[in-house]
Amino acid sequence: MKKLQSSLVNMVLSLTLIVAVATGILAYVNQLTAGPIAEANKKALNDALKEVLVEGSQAGEPETYEMDGVSYKIYKADKDGQFAGAAVESSENGFGGALTVLVGFDKEGNIINYSVLNHAETPGLGSKSTFWFKKGEKGDITGKNPGTKALTVSKDGGEVEAITASTITSRAFLKAVNNAYAAYSGQHVDTSSGASQQKKEASAQVTTTNQ
Amino acid sequence: MANKLTLSLSPHVHNNDSIQNNMYGVLIALIPAFLVSLFVFGLGALIVTLTSVAACVFFEWAITKYILRREKNTILDGSAILTGVLLGFNLPSNLPIWLIILGALFAIGVAKMSFGGLGCNILNPALAGRVFLLISYPVQMTTWPKIQQFTSYVDAETAATPLALMKQAVKGDTSALNELPSSLDLFLGMNPGSIGEISAVALLLGLAYMLWKKIITWHIPVSIIATVFVVAGLFHLYDPYTFAAPQVHLFTGGLMLGAIFMATDYVTSPMTHKGMVIYGIGIGFLTIIIRLFGAYPEGMSFAILIMNVFTPLINTYCKPKRFGEVVKK
Amino acid sequence: MKNFKILLNGIINENPTFVLLLGMCPTLGTTSSAINGMGMGLATMFVLICSNVVISALKNLIPDMVRIPAYVVIIASFVTLLQMVMQAYVPSLYKTLGIFIPLIVVNCILLGRAEAFASKNKPIPSFFDGLGIGLGFTMALTLLGMVREFLGTGKVFDLPVVPENYGMLIFVLAPGAFIALGYLIAIVNKLRKA
Repeated sequence: MKKLQSSLVNMVLSLTLIVAVATGILAYVNQLTAGPIAEANKKALNDALKEVLVEGSQAGEPETYEMDGVSYKIYKADKDGQFAGAAVESSENGFGGALTVLVGFDKEGNIINYSVLNHAETPGLGSKSTFWFKKGEKGDITGKNPGTKALTVSKDGGEVEAITASTITSRAFLKAVNNAYAAYSGQHVDTSSGASQQKKEASAQVTTTNQ
Repeated sequence: MANKLTLSLSPHVHNNDSIQNNMYGVLIALIPAFLVSLFVFGLGALIVTLTSVAACVFFEWAITKYILRREKNTILDGSAILTGVLLGFNLPSNLPIWLIILGALFAIGVAKMSFGGLGCNILNPALAGRVFLLISYPVQMTTWPKIQQFTSYVDAETAATPLALMKQAVKGDTSALNELPSSLDLFLGMNPGSIGEISAVALLLGLAYMLWKKIITWHIPVSIIATVFVVAGLFHLYDPYTFAAPQVHLFTGGLMLGAIFMATDYVTSPMTHKGMVIYGIGIGFLTIIIRLFGAYPEGMSFAILIMNVFTPLINTYCKPKRFGEVVKK
Repeated sequence: MKNFKILLNGIINENPTFVLLLGMCPTLGTTSSAINGMGMGLATMFVLICSNVVISALKNLIPDMVRIPAYVVIIASFVTLLQMVMQAYVPSLYKTLGIFIPLIVVNCILLGRAEAFASKNKPIPSFFDGLGIGLGFTMALTLLGMVREFLGTGKVFDLPVVPENYGMLIFVLAPGAFIALGYLIAIVNKLRKA
């Protein structure tokens, strides 16, 4: 076959044909993969939630909760039909930008685990926050309850060991965790009518410590 | 025959001046700062500086001989010794030996010999080595020992440096600036920091010696110090609780060491006086910007490296007037 | 035999990373670990082979004056297709490679091979050219990723070789990418000349 000349008709026809075929193929593949993509995204979120929630519990749809003009996403979890704590997404300004963390609490407000969703901290220093505060690490916060005593680094009179040479990141991280607890306990009171007054006080205390 | 004509790299000079004389002159000017560091950090300062010098000289010798296979070895011109001393002066006195050796390998191997040796390097080797260590091992490089623990080395207790406190102030800790040592202590050098950078007065003595011996001119140090003072002063006037006073900026961290000994490195700084002033202003401005808003507490080394890269450009636009050229009207 | 030569040419003599110095942005951006470098290389290879074959098959149908837009549409379609498939079936790799997958569209290797080879040759040689250049790219990226991962974290393909505390963090970050690439190019050039 001879090469087509660059006449207007040829150019328009050729381009239209290529674009039409490409569009058709892409539309078909898009339809094919839309399901798996949605599933993969959901699985990623579920994996993150599973990591921080009570073992064997099932997280529901997120609710948003407003506190001091900041909104928090709360994923409440059920285990065998019983309320079993929640995971709270909380954000705070770290050293290099927003530090977003997903914190899991059990029914009593004890921290089960956390997962840093997003951060812009200095590599090798503040970026250690992704594991530093986990179980068995130096700054272990699991099992602690921010309601009984707000979490602070040892330098500020608290019990948590700060990341070496990254006090600012450690402070921001703990502030995010404390805020998450405040949002969680506030939410807890609002939704289950029988919750005790004590929780409310605890949340108030946490909020004041942060100001 | 082959050895009668020596083709060497710049600087070419026609008097008693030589690379050796200049390098050893700079080394003499560094003695006061070294004495202060021995007094403040004790044993650690000695170990780190000696290791750094030995490693730098060894790598220069080994690379020239076995990788570049040059006949003439350049270790005696003093430039490797100077790089070693400056690298050591830029490190905390509790740094483990293997890290110092790695830093020396980067300084000599990557930043200097990869480009062809003395006269061809784009970046200041000692600073490149320091920044390499800072980015690679930020924890070890940002925990400085408390002062006056004479016999300790890697086991020394650590303390926050003035720069770390200043960074906390910028990040919203309003009481951090009150914990700073007094300006007099900072001026004399009684504060934690890298080995050679702590004492402004000792470094200024070195500057006076180098100016007297005409090893460097005043343009680069003075333009850096003046710019830092003005820019930091403006920020301080705007908000004295967040931004530290300009004299605190001048006397902390590597500012004096950088302005006097690192930025003035012949190879990586502009040739004309006008170019030197532009270069100095650039360094001063970038230092304050990085110190206040950057990810690391100290901005001096980054600022000098950035302006090192601009040096060829500055040289292009600040050419001296050609002899005999007619001024166009 | 001729096709084999075309294949070798792409891997050695015209290695896109070490010799042609094309596609530097993904090379520097995605090679923080060996597996990431390999993933990026394979993704690019897939698009390169497909676009080379299709462009070469359609070369007589495409008038010269509109060839660039036509090539770009073909390349972009394959990239989008790849992106959707990866997002669906290998979400973790998709997440680490991130913005660099859509950026394959503007990788100059693709348009370069379309212009320099596929538009002048038959589909089968074009297939081998795509395979050769793609393999060369993949090998270069994997090698760079291995060097950076080893120096930066002390691991190779996520297997620990030396304790992590000794890793030089700079090699995982952007400056280390430039340094490692520079030395690799120097070594490869030295070996090619010898």
